[in-house]
Amino acid sequence: MINPLIYIHTMREVNEKELKRLEQIANKIRQLIIESLREAKSGHTAGPLGMADIFSALYFFILNHDSKNPNWPERDRLVLSNGHICPVQYVALALAGYFPIEELMTLRKLNSRLQGHPHRGSLPGIETTSGPLGEGLSQATGMALAAKMDNKKYFIYCITSDGEHEEGNHWEAVLLAGKKKLNNLIQIVDRNNIQITGFTEDIMPLEPLKKKYEAFNWNVLKVNGNNIKEFILTAMQAQAFREKPTVIIAHTVPGMGVSFMENDFTWHGKTPNETEAKRALEELEIIEGMINNKSM
Amino acid sequence: MLNPDLKLNPKIFDNDVEKKATRDGFGEALFKLGKSNEKVVVLSADLSESTKANKFAETFPDRYVECGVAEQNMIAVAAGLAMSGKIPFTTSYAVFSPGKNWETVRTTVVYNNTNVKIAGHHAGIVTGPDGATHQATEDIAILRALPGIKIFCPCDALEAEKITLEAAKINGPVYLRFSRQNSPLITTAETPFEEGKIYTYWESDNPKTTIFATGHMLYQALLAAMELEEVHINVLVANVSTIKPLDEKTVVELARRTGTIVTCEDHQVAGGMGSAIAESLARSSPTPMEFIGLKDTFAESGQTDELIEKYGLDKNSIKEAVRKVLKRAR
Repeated sequence: MINPLIYIHTMREVNEKELKRLEQIANKIRQLIIESLREAKSGHTAGPLGMADIFSALYFFILNHDSKNPNWPERDRLVLSNGHICPVQYVALALAGYFPIEELMTLRKLNSRLQGHPHRGSLPGIETTSGPLGEGLSQATGMALAAKMDNKKYFIYCITSDGEHEEGNHWEAVLLAGKKKLNNLIQIVDRNNIQITGFTEDIMPLEPLKKKYEAFNWNVLKVNGNNIKEFILTAMQAQAFREKPTVIIAHTVPGMGVSFMENDFTWHGKTPNETEAKRALEELEIIEGMINNKSM
Repeated sequence: MLNPDLKLNPKIFDNDVEKKATRDGFGEALFKLGKSNEKVVVLSADLSESTKANKFAETFPDRYVECGVAEQNMIAVAAGLAMSGKIPFTTSYAVFSPGKNWETVRTTVVYNNTNVKIAGHHAGIVTGPDGATHQATEDIAILRALPGIKIFCPCDALEAEKITLEAAKINGPVYLRFSRQNSPLITTAETPFEEGKIYTYWESDNPKTTIFATGHMLYQALLAAMELEEVHINVLVANVSTIKPLDEKTVVELARRTGTIVTCEDHQVAGGMGSAIAESLARSSPTPMEFIGLKDTFAESGQTDELIEKYGLDKNSIKEAVRKVLKRAR
């Protein structure tokens, strides 16, 4: 449950108008994910669709950042640890003005800045190289330690997947961040319950995840990751917590927004063909109309 | 004779020559860097005493990160620190870092192009009684294959100090290779070191073989050169303390001048410094070569002297290799 007393002092209001804008952006992100993956003909679909709401909230409401000055020293950092969902980050960055939207259609192609998995230095706005799992939280921890050493006030957000919690490296970072009480570090776990060969709980049970993090000295918050308003409130609550690092376990629906992709792990690591993409875009356009028609 | 221009240790061949481990030189340099450069931070994976990071840790606790026995995390945390403007030095045994955490090094340090300095300690079979599990003999090979990283292996404690100080000035990934055992001081404070430069440490009249040596093996090579000269076999000994990028110009020049080559390293022959030299010469001036190093085998527990003799890394093995390669001279 969200405690309004905590966030009320630290956040600006998420009014209905703002929320509608963020939902429109999330829908636009989903459409561009489908279009760029249709062009790329390989990659991951379910994860990026499931995280579109969170990326809308992050890049268009929560993060302090400047697309015209990507290396602004005081910016909040967003470390994407599960690099395979990069289409959602690429689309969000393009929409935020980091590079031209048309460039999204070069995803995974020769001479493109949009590598199959993100590469630091290739594309503005990408903080770290990722793809090999379990390494993002360590790098985010290093950034958080540096910020502490230099008395900086910015936050480091790290997005991880539930499947990558099977990597030992990840838990090494969980231990260190807990030991150092890094309250400037906010991890967002994409808890969508799927990984490439099946359901996470079949492949390697992760539950009770909340208790695991509590035992590792983290502050734990849970949220519906497909509810933008709730997610923003939870992120603000995480920022306000000063004793420990916070992990937000964000329950998301993989494939969200496209009926035949939702909760189907076979869409983890494949892309839609022409027919499937057409159907997906038609569904997303219907949702777009519903958002646009929302009364204020 | 020893190259007089390099101001090498005049007591080098004396029985009472001062001995120090390269890790000691590293520890001294870290301490100096701690004082002179606020950006320098040091990370440890529970081995601060044997990697000589402890002096830095005690003096600069706010810039020291104890990561526990977690080498993958240590490397990636260092990458995060570097991306925030720090100059992190990671410290552990080379078998664990960059051994155990190699892919993390590849992704978060080298491909990520972060300004991380990886100190790999207890390199080579001279690690001794701990046995093969703790003797890193593949670290050069696994890092040489990574694009853009610089690799250094100092011949003694003084060179180790100079190289470590230099590493902090380099912007990008660096690997520093250190050994555990005390070894004779070959150089002095005045001996020059320049990144990417191979220096000639010994030259007999009209040498017919160049011995390229790296790390503590340089001392064995110098002993071999001196004894060979007594039997009128004249060689040149060069110190390869920068393994990558390789000083190809000097390698080719010395190969052409002497006609044969022996390489010496406390490392597997496969993929090591000798391989780097062979790859270079094969393109421009193929030269008969012999390789001193581990020949597709692990070593074992034992004392340093026993191990280098059994595994063919001592001065006698080098002398034999010189005689062998000379028979192949064209």
